[in-house]
Amino acid sequence: MKLKLTRRAVMVAAAATLALGTPAVAEEQILDSLHFLIPGGAGGGWDGTARGTGEALTGAGIVGTASYENMSGGGGGKAIGFLIENADSQHGTLMVNSTPIVIRSLTGVFPYNFRDLTMVAGTIGDYAAIVVGKDSAINSMGDLLAAYQADPRATAIGGGSVPGGMDHLVAAMVMKAAGEDPTGVKYIPYDAGGMAMAALLSGEIAALSTGFSEAVDLANAGEVKIIGVTSDERVSAYADAATMMEQGIDVEFVNWRGFFAAPGLSDDKLAAYQATLAKMYETPEWEAVRERNGWVNIHNNGDDFVSFLENQEKIIGDLMSELGFR
Amino acid sequence: MLEGIMIGLTTAFTFSNILLVIGGCLIGTFIGMLPGLGPMSIISIMIPIAISIGDPSAALILLAGVYYGAIFGGSTSSILINAPGVASTVATSFDGYPLARAGKAGKALTVAAISSFCGGTIGAVLLMIFAPALATVALLFHSAEYFALMVVGLSAIAAFAGTGQVVKALLMTVLGLIMATVGEGALFNLPRFTMGIMDLQSGFGFVTLAMAMFALPEALYLVMDPSRSNNEAGGEIKDLRISRAEAKEIAPVIARQSIQGFLIGVLPGAGATIASFLGYAVERNIASKEDQEKFGKGSLKGLAAPEAANNAACTGSFVPLLTLGIPGSGTTAILLGALIALNVNPGPRLMVDKPEIFWAVIISMYIGNLVLLILNLPLIPYIAKILAVPRNYLIPFILFFTMMGAYIGQNNATELLLLVGLGICATVLRFADYPLAPLLIGFILGSMLEDNFARAMQLYDGLGFILARPMTMGLLGIAAVLIILPSYRARRARLRAKGIADGD
Repeated sequence: MKLKLTRRAVMVAAAATLALGTPAVAEEQILDSLHFLIPGGAGGGWDGTARGTGEALTGAGIVGTASYENMSGGGGGKAIGFLIENADSQHGTLMVNSTPIVIRSLTGVFPYNFRDLTMVAGTIGDYAAIVVGKDSAINSMGDLLAAYQADPRATAIGGGSVPGGMDHLVAAMVMKAAGEDPTGVKYIPYDAGGMAMAALLSGEIAALSTGFSEAVDLANAGEVKIIGVTSDERVSAYADAATMMEQGIDVEFVNWRGFFAAPGLSDDKLAAYQATLAKMYETPEWEAVRERNGWVNIHNNGDDFVSFLENQEKIIGDLMSELGFR
Repeated sequence: MLEGIMIGLTTAFTFSNILLVIGGCLIGTFIGMLPGLGPMSIISIMIPIAISIGDPSAALILLAGVYYGAIFGGSTSSILINAPGVASTVATSFDGYPLARAGKAGKALTVAAISSFCGGTIGAVLLMIFAPALATVALLFHSAEYFALMVVGLSAIAAFAGTGQVVKALLMTVLGLIMATVGEGALFNLPRFTMGIMDLQSGFGFVTLAMAMFALPEALYLVMDPSRSNNEAGGEIKDLRISRAEAKEIAPVIARQSIQGFLIGVLPGAGATIASFLGYAVERNIASKEDQEKFGKGSLKGLAAPEAANNAACTGSFVPLLTLGIPGSGTTAILLGALIALNVNPGPRLMVDKPEIFWAVIISMYIGNLVLLILNLPLIPYIAKILAVPRNYLIPFILFFTMMGAYIGQNNATELLLLVGLGICATVLRFADYPLAPLLIGFILGSMLEDNFARAMQLYDGLGFILARPMTMGLLGIAAVLIILPSYRARRARLRAKGIADGD
């Protein structure tokens, strides 16, 4: 219903520009249709990314029609397997994925690796952050490290992922870069970011490793203090938060989301997909979707995406070996 | 506050807003009856529409209508065909379905609607008066207390043990707890007990298991034992109204459970499901002996308790959202996303910065509840008529319904195989007279029980948390009483029957 409306709107817009003979208002269409494969159920982060991207692309007229397929199972592994096994018939498909594909390939949960797919582009991302409650005596990474050195067992750091998952790895990465033994960090896992935040405010944990955008709203409300961000420079959405780098902790980390295609994709098609996604950033339709979801544009195209993933795999892989997760 | 209520009322009572809430309630009720689509999925479907309205108050009013409608719709499928689509309506089916089987579907739906309305409304009043003060209550519980609370929740199983099936009920609970360990939990980064099957990696789906344990065996049972179904279901629907005596009976239950449910809902780690089980367990334990016998066989009290509690808890879960900006449940997490998209940032400043939004949320709860009651009471006879459909049409319909429920949320065909496999096992167990509800309770509470226990162990480097946190001790004490009391009472009754009762 909604899709039809946007399609009709696009057609009307296209007809109008033709009739008037003025330069096209709508973007030039690159693809007739695009199929999104979503490795999880409706309503999750992957689902929102794929549907938001499709909405912007069709709305702006870069892509004619978009279709979506949710294939949950195996924490995303089922969709990856499907794309690889049916590669020949899936050349019109883009699969959405994110940092966990790197982590979970390393732990061996997935029998596959991101290299088994065609890497198209990373489109959005979020930095990680370490936050403390508003009444906490800790005001900087230095304070947190001092508290940790004084009593490591009482300075628990929580997060919304499993041990060895993203939030844990970020906490370990930060502690390691600060010169501590990452295996000594007491990491407490929660099953969702909201629960972890509640635990932080209730004083159960000393600090929380979480997504930056998740922390910004609560920081604006004065509920938490962001004591370190894993970006290279301060993020405009909350410029009061100091980066890890500023505080002498050499850590940069981006939790990215991006798109993959079936293995063996032709270069022409790959180039067309990459041009499609690159063009999306200039459209007001994307800006509306991005704004609504609070996403940060972090565009990594083609070879940049490959080297970015390989670099992330190496850092995370080394850390996981050290922590005993592989 | 009065001024705030006035602001809220003037925002809410416009013609278009009333239409929105009516539309929302209807959509919510009808989609909510499909087992696979709980309030969470329906709200996420409706969010783009709500956002396109643009006005935050109107959007919230629409979503509140959808929310309450969906909750009521979920109760309807629990009562009519024993297919609880969301965990918080599992306890509703314990007594709601037996009532429907006895031809009292209309009455059961009426009791459910009224209990839901009262629970939601009392919850909204409490929210309005105490919200700021309750922010501290929401942060009172640590993992240790949540663990203890889950143990109290498990004691609801004792309700099924009273009928001489103690061992069977315990066995099924343990089986449920074991099933909860399948897949990847919050605490391990590797899958457990999946036998290499990728579809089990995220564990058994709740809807799949609920359909396999409740709806499917029930339908198969009706096929295989026609004598049983002919006498009861299929006949005309009598008893739509509640008598004065019955109203008197359930009124105190609703009042107690609205307050208890609300308080449990305030805790971010607990929520409507725990509230409904605890409500059921508590009411059964404090009921008189004759009433206790009726629990699980079609007791109005047993239906009113979880319905009032889960609605009050849903309202209670708005406390951490509105005062701290923390979502306490899956549904409030989605609502938080919608609020942020509407440029509203919930948190302690909301009441000060944008009072019209804060009050619009609360007033929309009242209106959502009220409209739902007004809309649904006249609809109940027609909804209940579903059961008057001849058996040979009704059963295929139920089977289709359950299959669709298991498939729809995940779009994963393997869920269907699991559903049928588990459903057959459940039917066999059912014929062997094993109660299936304890299995589902164990499954629902199992992962929360384990996660919180492991977290508490980790934080205190061992079992020290039980002694270090008096509230944990207190809750575990309550659980012990709830578990031991029914069997103690049953034992005494047996002894008394033999004429060797003690003292009194």
